Amino acid sequence: MTDRKSSISSSLSRRALLRSAAVTGAGIGAMSISSISGFEFVSRVAAAENPPIGTWPEGSKGSTIYVSISVPRTGAYAVQGEDELKGWELAIEHINEGHELLRKISPKTKKGVLGKQIKAVVTDSGAKPNQAVQAHQRAITENKAVMLTGSTSSAVAVAANKLAQREHVLYLAGISGSNDTTGKDCVRYGFRQNFYGETAANAIGPVLVKQFGKNKKMAFMTPDYTYGHTVTKSVNDYLTKNAGWTQVTNQVSPLGAPDFSSYLLNIANSGAEVLINVNWGRDAVLSIQQAQKFGILDKMKLVVPYQIPFLAREVGNGLLAGVYAATDYWWTLEDKYPLAKMFNEAFVKKYGYHPEWGAENAYISFAHWARMVEEAGTFYPPAVIKTYEKGETIPSLVGDVKYRPEDHQCVRPVFIVKGKAPKEMKNKEDFWEVVETIPGEGLMQKPDAFGCKLGDYT
Amino acid sequence: MINWANFVSQAFNGLVLGALLALISSGLTIIYGTLGVLNLAHGAMFMLGGYAGYVAYNYTGSFIVAVAVGALFVMLVGVVMERVIIRHFYSRPPEDQLLVTFGISICMVEIVRFFFGSLSQTVPAPAVFSGITSLGFMFYPTYRLALVGIIAIALLVLFLVLYRTRIGMIVRAGIEDSLMVDSLGINVYRIFMLVFGIGAMAAGFAGIVNAPVVSITPDMGESILVQTFVVVVIGGVGSFPGAVIGGLIAGEIISLTSMVNPGYAYVMLFAAMTVVLVLRPYGLLGTQGRE
Repeated sequence: MTDRKSSISSSLSRRALLRSAAVTGAGIGAMSISSISGFEFVSRVAAAENPPIGTWPEGSKGSTIYVSISVPRTGAYAVQGEDELKGWELAIEHINEGHELLRKISPKTKKGVLGKQIKAVVTDSGAKPNQAVQAHQRAITENKAVMLTGSTSSAVAVAANKLAQREHVLYLAGISGSNDTTGKDCVRYGFRQNFYGETAANAIGPVLVKQFGKNKKMAFMTPDYTYGHTVTKSVNDYLTKNAGWTQVTNQVSPLGAPDFSSYLLNIANSGAEVLINVNWGRDAVLSIQQAQKFGILDKMKLVVPYQIPFLAREVGNGLLAGVYAATDYWWTLEDKYPLAKMFNEAFVKKYGYHPEWGAENAYISFAHWARMVEEAGTFYPPAVIKTYEKGETIPSLVGDVKYRPEDHQCVRPVFIVKGKAPKEMKNKEDFWEVVETIPGEGLMQKPDAFGCKLGDYT
Repeated sequence: MINWANFVSQAFNGLVLGALLALISSGLTIIYGTLGVLNLAHGAMFMLGGYAGYVAYNYTGSFIVAVAVGALFVMLVGVVMERVIIRHFYSRPPEDQLLVTFGISICMVEIVRFFFGSLSQTVPAPAVFSGITSLGFMFYPTYRLALVGIIAIALLVLFLVLYRTRIGMIVRAGIEDSLMVDSLGINVYRIFMLVFGIGAMAAGFAGIVNAPVVSITPDMGESILVQTFVVVVIGGVGSFPGAVIGGLIAGEIISLTSMVNPGYAYVMLFAAMTVVLVLRPYGLLGTQGRE
């Protein structure tokens, strides 16, 4: 009996012990879980499940994360590069402080990304691919950068795409108008927010046909790299197929050409009725100014299919009055989009001028990235990529947009603007009038039409 | 776009482009010929001339004052640069000279960028030369036509200084054999300073007279520097007439090639340089053995 009692007692005590141990263990577990942040918990789970990849998890271990921004601060695209940089800087400031505008785009953002403050490693790419790739590589190695961005030349964007895929670090394209960036040179680790050659062509094409009619002779000025060739092809294809326009000459020039006179003479002698200038940055400014000096703008209509930040103010003399262009953003869109108004106000307050589309693209692409990381709950790159690839409709400065999972291109509206004559300008920055807003869906080619194969996650 | 009208137009345009290249290259070549210093800051001096003239124009509204200020300011910069930095590098290896002039060029560009920003600035052509002139076979900007005359006068003045004055004689002697000039009791270092100033002035003058043609930006000297080197190599290092001939050849190559295929305009320029280097390594009018 005693033995039985003792046996029961010992069995009870063992049961009690096990129970209490289980309760205590669960309690300790719960306590330990509650003592770490949700991010760390998810990270630990992710780390337990996934081997390190790229700069993850090293790059996001501390209280600060680094992003690499390589942007042209010298050369033919320097002016546009500085504007982009301001957009990124403002986005970082807003993310770090949990600004109201940023939280409208990324509701889960409090301060920083998953509670970590962002610091930027800024370098001058000079719009040269090798310079940009070296700078990004250094930021990956030395700062364990968790994200790369910056380009004002698609040649840089394509090179950075390849680096991002090789190093397994996300790359958000800056200004990049080539079809190839999310076409044949697309990568799993690359994303692009802004409009590009094909969408520009499909947006501005109908406007040109409506304005100038059918069967026109057109001359192109094309910078000699991926952006120039793909934009020229898209615009040419649209106008020849849909309106019977004929290309009479295509003047291809190197990026940063110091003089356009010989190209302009060819155009002057070509019999063209419309001059479609695909040049960009300072090349566009110079070629338009020189075209006017050769009397070409009196003889033919000028079109800028891919609008250039600061073009109107740099070209001056009202040369862009009546000129049509396709663009990602113009500040007067604030009348239509409340978030654009908030962005403009914050930008003007900090920098003293209205943002151009380079700054808009920079800001919103960072805001979208912050949202995706918050939604994923981890910096683990494949998880962030898969969050983008859900293709959810998300807010932007110009209404709702979404990223296509097949090519990582943002489906977003394109705006057609028309240059104002100086007497029509209501203030010194009122260069363009937004004449049409075209939804992105109908402007884009099928995701595989330009040969996009995204590649692996790991 | 090959037809007779376009050929004549492009040939004429090549002359205008070539004249500008000739003027800038002549400054580079006399500096290298006399001092043996390959001045990588020559493009930046071209840019400085543009900005100095731009500032002067904004204050005075006079294009003539702008040209004078642009040329003289860069000459002054050249003299100071030679006295303070370059003279310490005469006996140093060529790579040191390249590095120091390259460094100076970066400083100049960034200083200008700091004060003026990257946005391009314009200097309007004088009213008398504004507008377009009909040449029968084409319309051509009047100022570009005037530019040929302006540069021709500048090159003539440079020619007279180099070939019709005692200083010019010493400079040319220095180009051939600076050691001999020194041993004749001539203060060759003072001459060096003068040569550097004249060479810089040629670049500065070109910078401001070219400003109404192309808007000025801090890095406008970069691309022109490369072309200038090509001109000097084609014409012959140290040869003033070589720089003029080389400039005109380069201008014609760029212009005429663009008539056939614009994408190859600059490729052909480098191809021409390669051919000259293979067939005549010292350039068309250069002298074998000249350093």
